[in-house]
Amino acid sequence: MNKRSLRTGLLFISPWIVGFVVFTAYPVFASLYYSLTDYSMIGTPRFVGLQNYVNLFSDKVFLTSLANTLYMVVIGLSFITVSTVTIAILLNNRRIKGLSFFRVVFFLPTLVPTVVLSVLWIWILEPDTGLINSILHLFGIPGPGWLASPAWAKPSFILMALWGAGNMIIIYLAGLQDISPALYEAASLDGANAWQKAVHITVPMLRPVIVFNVITGLIGTFQSFAEAFIMTNGGPNNATLFYSLYLYENAFQYFKIGYASAMAWILLIIVLGCTVLLLKFSHQLRPE
Amino acid sequence: MKAMQVDTVVPVPRANRSQPAWQRFSQRVPLVLTYLVLVLIALAYVIPFLWLLSGALKSNHELFASPVVWIPKHWMFSNFVEAFRQFPFLLYLRNTLIIVGCNLVGVVLSNTLIAYGFARVNWPFRNAVFILVLATMMLPFQVTMIPLFVLFTNLGWIGTFLPLIVPSFFGNAFYIFLLRQFFIGIPKDLSDSAKVDGASEFRIYWQIILPLAKPVVTTVAIFSFIHDWGDFIGPLVFLSNNKLYTLSLGIQQIMSANDPRWTLLLAVGVSMTVPVLLLFFFMQRQFIQGISFTGIKD
Repeated sequence: MNKRSLRTGLLFISPWIVGFVVFTAYPVFASLYYSLTDYSMIGTPRFVGLQNYVNLFSDKVFLTSLANTLYMVVIGLSFITVSTVTIAILLNNRRIKGLSFFRVVFFLPTLVPTVVLSVLWIWILEPDTGLINSILHLFGIPGPGWLASPAWAKPSFILMALWGAGNMIIIYLAGLQDISPALYEAASLDGANAWQKAVHITVPMLRPVIVFNVITGLIGTFQSFAEAFIMTNGGPNNATLFYSLYLYENAFQYFKIGYASAMAWILLIIVLGCTVLLLKFSHQLRPE
Repeated sequence: MKAMQVDTVVPVPRANRSQPAWQRFSQRVPLVLTYLVLVLIALAYVIPFLWLLSGALKSNHELFASPVVWIPKHWMFSNFVEAFRQFPFLLYLRNTLIIVGCNLVGVVLSNTLIAYGFARVNWPFRNAVFILVLATMMLPFQVTMIPLFVLFTNLGWIGTFLPLIVPSFFGNAFYIFLLRQFFIGIPKDLSDSAKVDGASEFRIYWQIILPLAKPVVTTVAIFSFIHDWGDFIGPLVFLSNNKLYTLSLGIQQIMSANDPRWTLLLAVGVSMTVPVLLLFFFMQRQFIQGISFTGIKD
């Protein structure tokens, strides 16, 4: 009986097994192998040991791309997380009418395809005639050069990411609606104010959802590619040369397959490491 | 799936007449402030969106005018006609639809089968294998991209749609997860009574579970459509032939050309966004439920 159920089960998941072997496991190990070779897609890979990894850490451009991406994670993702949680908390108020209207408004930008989003934002961020600087101009504030300025290029991308983060708001809102109203009632009886309730009830209860969104956001940020490729191609002065963009350039523009594969493996290790750390950290914050 | 409207804020006692006026006022302040902040944020979200739609209807002159032109004087629907004439829009659309359509078939067939195997067939090690499925969700595309490119080159698949279609027939961790959650919730009695009547597992999957799973299958189909419709890096890496370009890749090509006509670019962009909007407005419930559901797992 057990044997038969094993056979049936494996039969049902057999497409996944084939896909896992061919499209996941094989490429992961092939990538590890390429990372130890000198390979340009023509000819055969030449084994060079850890040379690619050593070279990477003395490659100033690589370190810049890593720093740029860390900026997006540490500053960008924190900003986006705080903003989206705040918006969700504001929305999660029984006395607010038109919840479904607001939900649609925040969700709409996520429906815009990446390429269209990039085209739109190039134009919104245009220093002279763009939407943002025109509005700032109305208030007499001279706007920055946004994508043309090394200092403002990354904040431009953060702003754009926040605009497209409506799905996070929806997820947080769903998480908030799962929190029992009894907790808030009890806190009110004890005389807690709105701020105390947010800090001592809302945020701890929302912890699993926040951790989930931060991990997804982190993986997404490290993989972020299309926007920078389309909008700035890494400029100005490498200010938006993000990790995956430099990886793509190495692989498909310079044909440094070994080098790009080493970058891919470092990426994998960073993503796994951060995920494990976040989960550990989050368990320590778990309320008793 | 879950209650959408659970109140979490304790009702403030209604201001009664014995309270002085300022106290009644002060109780209203937080609500008014909340509205004010929400409306401002909502405006910030909606304006770029309307800006996109109006931009596609502006003349080239109005597009870069200073001060900003909010509503075009003459609605230039001719931008769309012009854009379709100048760019191989219909070719890009056809290519995109081929990829989207084939992937819909692949995604629905493979993932429902796989999820059934994890949810409704009880076999040894299935939970351990399922954890492996979930773990693959964390794998960045950048890791597998290069070896897959080499593999597809050797197979002669570069310059065809195959690299963007074939993998969808072999399961996707996220869709497997969504479907499995739903399948687990279907009462076991349904399968058991069918088994007593001599139905095979495959028949139970096809005739009982699949029809019941329509809502979640729809959600998965929507996600699949949105992903393939807007995917950029996949076509960029695997489609080297510009006769095969998708809308995403086509728009990027138009843009990187010298001195693109922005009004036309926006017209193409709007044409690419509208189908997704229509899908959203007709299927709003599946969208919101699907998105909300992804966040609920610890």
